[in-house]
Parts: sequence; structure tokens; C-alpha cells
Amino acid sequence: MVTPFVRHKGKVVALPRADVDTDQIIPKQFLKSVDRTGFGPSLFYDWRADPEFELNRPAAQGATILVTGPNFGCGSSREHAVWALAQYGFRAIIAPSFADIFLANCFRNGLLPVQLPASDVDILFRNARGGHYELVVDLYELRVSDDRGFCASFTAESYGREMLLRGLDEIGRTLLEEPSIAAYERLHP
Amino acid sequence: MTRTLFDRVWEAHVVQELADGVALLYVDLHLVHEVTSPQAFAGLRHAGRRVRRPERTLATVDHNVPTGDRSVPIADPVAALQVDALDTNAREFGIELFDLASPGQGIVHVIGPELGATQPGMLIVCGDSHTATHGAFGAFALGIGTSEVEHVLATQCIVLAKPRNLEARITGSRAPGVSAKDLILALIGEIGTAGAAGHVIEYTGDAIRALSMEERMTVCNMSIEAGARAGMIAPDEVTVAYLQGRPRAPAGKAWKSAIERWRALRSDPGAPYDTQVKLDASKVGPQVTWGTTPGMVADIAGRVPDPARLPTEHERQAAARALEYMGLAPGTPLEGIPIDRVFLGSCTNARIEDLRAAANIVRGRHVAARVRAMVVPGSQRVKAQAEQEGLDRVFREAGFEWRNAGCSMCLGMNADVLGAGERCAATSNRNFEGRQGRGGRTHLMSPIMAAAAAIEGRLVDVRAW
Repeated sequence: MVTPFVRHKGKVVALPRADVDTDQIIPKQFLKSVDRTGFGPSLFYDWRADPEFELNRPAAQGATILVTGPNFGCGSSREHAVWALAQYGFRAIIAPSFADIFLANCFRNGLLPVQLPASDVDILFRNARGGHYELVVDLYELRVSDDRGFCASFTAESYGREMLLRGLDEIGRTLLEEPSIAAYERLHP
Repeated sequence: MTRTLFDRVWEAHVVQELADGVALLYVDLHLVHEVTSPQAFAGLRHAGRRVRRPERTLATVDHNVPTGDRSVPIADPVAALQVDALDTNAREFGIELFDLASPGQGIVHVIGPELGATQPGMLIVCGDSHTATHGAFGAFALGIGTSEVEHVLATQCIVLAKPRNLEARITGSRAPGVSAKDLILALIGEIGTAGAAGHVIEYTGDAIRALSMEERMTVCNMSIEAGARAGMIAPDEVTVAYLQGRPRAPAGKAWKSAIERWRALRSDPGAPYDTQVKLDASKVGPQVTWGTTPGMVADIAGRVPDPARLPTEHERQAAARALEYMGLAPGTPLEGIPIDRVFLGSCTNARIEDLRAAANIVRGRHVAARVRAMVVPGSQRVKAQAEQEGLDRVFREAGFEWRNAGCSMCLGMNADVLGAGERCAATSNRNFEGRQGRGGRTHLMSPIMAAAAAIEGRLVDVRAW
């Protein structure tokens, strides 16, 4: 069961870097686990050794929305990256673009990827620089807004959106198509 | 209506249209390995589900396995647990497993083609981003996450929004010393690490047609490094010749009808691609990465770029950060950068042709003092073949370590890792920060470039050899 996502208000942390790959999000040594939980503390493990790293700053504590640069989540298909982000406490990630496999993994774990134009993301970077900054991310209305007048709409592919809004079990949903699957198998033995 | 190769393979697999451009697609071959599957099997078990088509599922251990002595148990207890979990899961769910003791064990993307299990027109998935490798046969092959692995195990289907289609047309003849790896690195350098995001790349052009099957795999393998969902090359006589007689390839009557089917797998003249890019192979020299993404790449005759001269603020910041991590000063000639380690391996470049080409460079020579160099064959069969040809002796006599098959130092999940600050000439696919070991510095290049670097102890232009 996926945690449904409809609307979330939360604190923002900015990570203004491009091409953040999944090796950075969760390094290899944590992929040996056979469990689906326990990845939160290892998020950005190597970078977090630096006290100046964005997530280590006092103002970033308790953040649930990550605003970051283009091509976020590139590289390895490891879903552990999404598990780590979600288990750390993130509910939404805002970036100019995401890597394809990472995007697919987000939708299956209740983590909302929001794609906004780079110019909007730059505004969010600036707004977050001052310390405590909150955003409302609304998947139903397809809108990101703050209480200072920032408001931007985004698009979400309809299948993924519905899956997140309703917290659907994708396997259960696909198994409803059993007659079609069986028919395909008869035609393609 | 004209259609592309990708359109054809996509349409042949649609089980049900679900929503605007999203379809339920049937999976012909599901490859499984130890790292991204345990949670998927646990999910099946928890829900009381079975594997729908175990006979269309193949498993092996590759990511975290040791490449040293296989007669002793795995020293790392956590890795051992994960390897054991796949063994248990394969037995319980009735899936064929090439385990550590099997002569068929190897990197999942090397053994699929080697068995002839990878075939033109198939839809192939694996919980690994380098699944794109199999597209070299004209298959639509893509990496997926663990939730999707569970979904495929349970339903033999995958839900996908249809990606767009990009034609990468590579023409002209390669100069001596220029490898398939150089073509794909040059292309990534050209279009960027997200240049093909949301797309399936079809590689076309006479430079692609001239490639051997193994070279085509190298090209398709790194499609993901350009952000692509998959890479594909239309099958031709090279493909057919490669597959003929392989253990899992069709035989007899079935072989004849398979060839007929495969010959139809091509893009129509004038078929509509969403995006097109071109590369002139005759202008490509041996490539070496200087930074921390595969797109940070240059010709070996070039220099480390000056971040200040890059066009955008975000490129300047990224390059400055990369150079700091890599310990390189702007303007440094790439040729001559001293190295500590050499890694000849990975699903990109550890097949028999790669090992032959590298062996030709090192034969009768010796690895430079203070350089540690290793060869990790892509599969145990590649290893056996190389040993039959005497390549192991060539490498050993030159001072290389000759190891067992696995992903090894491509991602450093086993004991094969770089130390902090160590600089490595690698034939793998990612030069991300810490990828080969925390603080390790990776330069990606072709097997012959890495072999030459091992001998000289520094990055060199293999064309001068």
C-alpha cells in the first residue's frame, strides 16, 4: 500500500546542484540490505559527512520538501534512493527535471516529483536561502504555492497521479486486467 | 503510416492501453540479480502471490559477489545474506539461477546475450539501469525499480508511458584506436547526461552498422548515461550470426521463422523520430572523462576545461565542483595525468573482444610501477574463453590481476574498491563521486586506452602505440 499524496504543506530545503545521481542519494554499501526500510539515516551519506552540507544546516531540520537542480536521480535504477528520501521524511521533490527510472520509482512510493521550469526553481532557491520557508504542494490542484505570492502549476502524468492520489496498489490494479494478459499469452505462446 | 523500430516493438507488446499514452506491456524476458530483488520477492511472499512466468525469468548473482577465490565462503556476511536470499527465492519461486558455483555466472547483461536469451524484438527488463545493453539486438530493454520488479514477477507485465524516440545517426569510419566506447562517450559529451531523457535512442548510420555485436552492446549499454530509457539498434546479419547456435536461441524450423521476423524489425525510411542528433565518427578521437558525470568528457588530446569559460552558471558550478573532487587543475593536458589503478571490467566493456583488444596492447609489456591493475571478465564463460586463448597469461605476465566475473569495481559493492584519492582508468560506465569507492577518482575510457594507461602509469593516447 502506497501512502496517498493529495496535498502537503512542509518546510523546504534547497540543494542547488545539477545531476544529483542515485549513488550520492544512497551509496552502494547500503544496497546490501534485503529490507525495504531503514535507509533514511543513510541518505546522502557521503555528503552528510560535511557539516556545511545543505541538509546538515539547523534551518533544514524537519524539511519535507526538497528543491534541487536538473536531472535529479540520474544513474542507477536503485529504488533504495527513493526509499531513503521518503524514509528521511521527504514527501515531495521539486526540480527542473528528473531521471526517468527515478521518476517511476517515486510514484510507486508515495514521493511526489514536481517538475517546474528552472526559472521557478531559481525563485524557490532564493526564497529558501533566508531560512525557514514553507511550500504547499497540491497534487489534486497540480499547484505549488507559498504565502508570499509564489504560485506555479505543474503537470503530472495521469496514471501516476491517480496512483498517488489514491495510494493504489499497482499489482492489484494490473491483476484486474487478467483477461487481457491471458489473451495476450494465448496469442503469443 | 511509417513506424520506427521502437514503435514496432512497443506495439507488439501492448496488452492493454490504460490511459493517455500509458500502456500495460508484456515482458518477454525478466533478468534478476541479488541486489534489487529481495524486497520484491518479500512483497510477493507477503501478498501470497506467485511468479507468473518463472520460465521467462533468469537470475544470477553479480553486483556484490567477490571476484577472488570462489572456493571460500563470501567473507562479507551482509553480502552473503543477500546472495543466499536470491538462492532461497529462486528455489521457492521456481526461477533458474546461475549462482556463484555455476560456469554460467556473470554480469546479468553479459550472460543474457551470451546464452542467446536476449533476442531481437523482445521486451526485456531488469532491476538495473544498464539493461539498455540488450537493445543492441533490437530489443526494447529497460532498467526498472524494485517495485516494478515485483510487479513483473507477479504479472509478467509492466506499466509504461510511451517514451519519445530519438535517432542518433552516427556516420563515417572510425580511425584506428577509436572504439565503440569512444563513440558513445562522445555522443554523451555532445548531448549531455539528460540529452535523451524521456526518449528511447535508436542508433543508426554506417558507423553503427560497422560495429560488431559486442561493440553495439557497449554503445547501447551507456544509453542511460545520456538519460535515455533505452537504446536500440535494428537487427541485421551481424545480429543473426551472433545468435546462431547459442544455447537459448531458436533452433531448426523455429530459427528460420525467427530470422524472418527479425528481418522486419527496422525503422521505415522517413519514419518519424521526435528528436534527431548526428555524430561524425571520423572526427571522434579516444575519449577520457575528466569530471564526475559521463558527460564531462574530452578527447585525450584535449585539456581539463576551465570552469570559468563554460557558458552557464550551473555548468560552471558543476565543473568547479567536479574538478575539486577529481583533484585536477583547469588547463591540465589529459594525456599524462598519472593514475594509481586500472579497472578492466563491467557490463560496458568486459566481453571477449574487449579482453582481446586490451591483451594486444599489454602483450610483452608490464604494468607501470605502483599501478594496481585488474581484469574482471564479464562472465565466467568469457573468463573460460579468454583462458582458452591464453589471454589470462598475457594479463598476468603483464602484472594484471586476473579475477572472477562480477560487477566488481564498476560500483564497488564488493571488496574491489578505490581508496580515497586513488585515480583509476576504468572501462566501466560511471565516474560519479564515490562510485568506485569513497573519494576515488574515476576516468572512463575504452579497454585499449585503459590497457595503455596501465602500462604507462598515466593517461596516454593509444593512437601513438
